[in-house]
Amino acid sequence: MACDSWVGKLDAYLDGELPAADTSALDAHLRGCSTCAAQALARVQMKRALKTAGQRFTPSAEFKARMRTQLAPKPASAWKFAWAFPAAALALLMLTVLLTGLSDRRSRERTLVSELTDLHVSTLASATPVDVISTDRHTVKPWFQGKVPFTFNLPELQNTGFQLVGGRVTYLAQVPGAHLIYQIRKHEISVFIFPEKALPSGLSPRPSEEHLAFHINTFSAGGLRYYVLGDTTPSDLDALADLLRSAASS
Amino acid sequence: MLRRFTLLGVSAEHLQSGSFEELALPLFDQLYNFAHWLTHDRAEAEDLVQETYTKALRGFSSFRQGTNFRAWMYRILRNTFLSSRTGLKATATLQLDLEADAAPLPETTDTVTPESILIERSNHHLLQEALDEMPVHFREILLLCEVEEMSYQEISETLTVPIGTVMSRLSRARAALRAIVRPKLQRI
Repeated sequence: MACDSWVGKLDAYLDGELPAADTSALDAHLRGCSTCAAQALARVQMKRALKTAGQRFTPSAEFKARMRTQLAPKPASAWKFAWAFPAAALALLMLTVLLTGLSDRRSRERTLVSELTDLHVSTLASATPVDVISTDRHTVKPWFQGKVPFTFNLPELQNTGFQLVGGRVTYLAQVPGAHLIYQIRKHEISVFIFPEKALPSGLSPRPSEEHLAFHINTFSAGGLRYYVLGDTTPSDLDALADLLRSAASS
Repeated sequence: MLRRFTLLGVSAEHLQSGSFEELALPLFDQLYNFAHWLTHDRAEAEDLVQETYTKALRGFSSFRQGTNFRAWMYRILRNTFLSSRTGLKATATLQLDLEADAAPLPETTDTVTPESILIERSNHHLLQEALDEMPVHFREILLLCEVEEMSYQEISETLTVPIGTVMSRLSRARAALRAIVRPKLQRI
């Protein structure tokens, strides 16, 4: 290849952007061509000189410090409105008294929903999600006898779209309960049943709640607290809750 | 069903990759240098850098993982500069030069070795003068390539032009620099 063609590739070669095959060929050419080698040397020197000359400006220490302050995560500015503290403290105290009960309750509800979600997910992730595998409520219900300190009725599911997968014993706040797993359109739904009186007070979320894209529905029937939880639509959960409620009162 | 949890975790990607400050502060000195080269003025450079960081912080949530953060920051700085009064003034006469990006570049085979020898004798002031005199689009591409040592791909992302344009513009910028430097050297 003539020198003219190589000169056109010198910059990409020195920038490390020439394809490997061309790089090897140009390496070989430079070893034998003093004109091109001189060109390459000159360009390398220019690159080095530009690198140094281009690093010309440095930000002032003051500007640097200002930007660092602006970009640092801002802590709560506690002293900025110190003058307002006495008035605010009084208002805050009153508000705290009013809200403590409410927030405690919300906090307990959140904990409960989180625990039930964890139970649901960890059970489904386990290799043996259920200890009694049966689609027949007449098999599943008797299996719990002697394992949980209560008994319950399960609904007939024919033509409802729901299917019973099985059940296992579970615990919530050290209280033993029944954990049943249902399925609808490939979505698994957990039904947790606990004796209401045995549960610590305040462990009843709102009738319908959402947590991490899971929905939860709860109701009380015959002294038992039912929690219906899954990632299917809230209307599916409502439908299953209605079936369970009807079965409980029959 | 468990996939729901994985999907919920997508928004946590930014948290895993470090905060904006961790990514952006190490670039501060270089960005300032680049800004000062573009604006030729300390106060304007400070305003430009400050605006760049403000815009970048605001847009950080839309910054996609896997894209080049450095190129993203430089692009914001450059776009902010180009829309400023100084930037508009600097680029007002550029259109004809930019059109010439696609034109084939005449490669000179005359040796530049004597120039380079003089340049290597630390005549940085002369080179800095030459860079100052260059049109802004030549100056910026030389700085990104030689000072920031960006790859052609990074330069292409920063300037939002194809790699072919990066190569041709870079060649023209180098030729222009040699043309400015040569008479200066002869006067020494």
